[in-house]
Amino acid sequence: MTGTVYTETLIHSAPEAFVSEAPYQLIIVTLDSGTRLTGRVSGDAVEIGDAVILAEERNGVPFFRKK
Amino acid sequence: MRPVAIIGIGKTPFGAFPDRDLRSLAVDSGNKALLDAGLEPKAVEAFYLGNFAGPSFIGQSHLAPFIAGPMGITGVPCTRVEAACASSGSAFFHAFSAVAAGLYEVALVTGVEKMTSQQTPRVAEILAMAGECGTEGKAGATFPALFAMIARRHMYQYGTKKEHLAAVAVKNHANGAKNPDAHMKKIITLEQAMAGKPIADPLNVYDCSLVSDGAASVVLAPLDRAREWTKKPIRVLGIAQTSDFVALDRKEDITVLQAVRTAAAKAYKMAGVGPQDIQLAEVHDCFTIAEILAIEDLGFVSKGEGGPYTAEGRTALTGERPVNTSGGLKAKGHPVGATGVAQLCDVALQIRGEAGDRQVSRHELGLAQNLGGSGASAVVTILAAA
Repeated sequence: MTGTVYTETLIHSAPEAFVSEAPYQLIIVTLDSGTRLTGRVSGDAVEIGDAVILAEERNGVPFFRKK
Repeated sequence: MRPVAIIGIGKTPFGAFPDRDLRSLAVDSGNKALLDAGLEPKAVEAFYLGNFAGPSFIGQSHLAPFIAGPMGITGVPCTRVEAACASSGSAFFHAFSAVAAGLYEVALVTGVEKMTSQQTPRVAEILAMAGECGTEGKAGATFPALFAMIARRHMYQYGTKKEHLAAVAVKNHANGAKNPDAHMKKIITLEQAMAGKPIADPLNVYDCSLVSDGAASVVLAPLDRAREWTKKPIRVLGIAQTSDFVALDRKEDITVLQAVRTAAAKAYKMAGVGPQDIQLAEVHDCFTIAEILAIEDLGFVSKGEGGPYTAEGRTALTGERPVNTSGGLKAKGHPVGATGVAQLCDVALQIRGEAGDRQVSRHELGLAQNLGGSGASAVVTILAAA
């Protein structure tokens, strides 16, 4: 599954259950099909417009990496 | 539908009050509003409570009668309304509707939240429940993160700069410093606002509203009877509540608060006025970017112009259209469930000419815009001197 980064943020201040993972990048990806998905980033940080590919799913959350 | 007026207002100060509980804050503001209207509690025919997360924050449910009883209000409908940060704006909308329909002569609306008894990560977790928990929440989103993603996209599409966001914070802190009831009465510089501790890029701590305790109340009655109780009735000239998807990724363009646009269009139509007529506004600056979006989607400026318009000082106290003269959620504070009614109290104070050091010169027609979540609920209310 591939798409383009629609928007992103790097979260420094996390909710209770995610404190140990901070900082982490949250993104919305526009998939090639046009659907948008909210997910996270594996590996290098991404910017708006970057092409990304689904790397894995953890606990139902899609993790994307730069293509 | 008959015309409706606000005949009494009452607020507690906003802040971190370790020795005050949710109920005492709510009761305090309600008593003040009733006193302002010269009414006894037994005159109240319906009580509406706006509260977002009392059960999570303080472990108490059934909050409307829990608060109304000790205020001396029993034997009438007591209803809690929850619409995230638009809870009390929505409670007000429903109270207005009932009074306008002729169901009640006197209705009391209270908004309250007690937030500071929890630590920040737990507060973030409770607030995140106003987003789409199955996707956004599971991925570790916070509310600052949702608005940070909106800010990033706004910057990308319109060239909005970090300095524009900071200008909102600087202005609202300057206004808050003139408001004795504000949580933070501290003037900040642009440099300080730019260099705050990062929360969710590009937002830093100065881009975020405050975690506060507080309550606010208003009393509603039919306009034709308002002068039985007050010399300074405020007419509810127009009001609308609308909705949108909760999930940010379901919105076509996240730089637009579509629910605000539709609520504003309806409220302007009902009031018979347009955005150019509004002299002052309290808008929902839960984050600095949210104020920029609000002034655009209310039609004060074109899409993409909100940042420069703010940086030029045109929404300052002395500007052509003062926005958030109270200090806004940014400096006055944001006890989530109290915010919608507090905004109405602040617009009413300006219209009455009782806003003290922050009083603006043109104050016959004001607007309040209350937002829930990342834009799934919106209430826009237009108030005028009656």
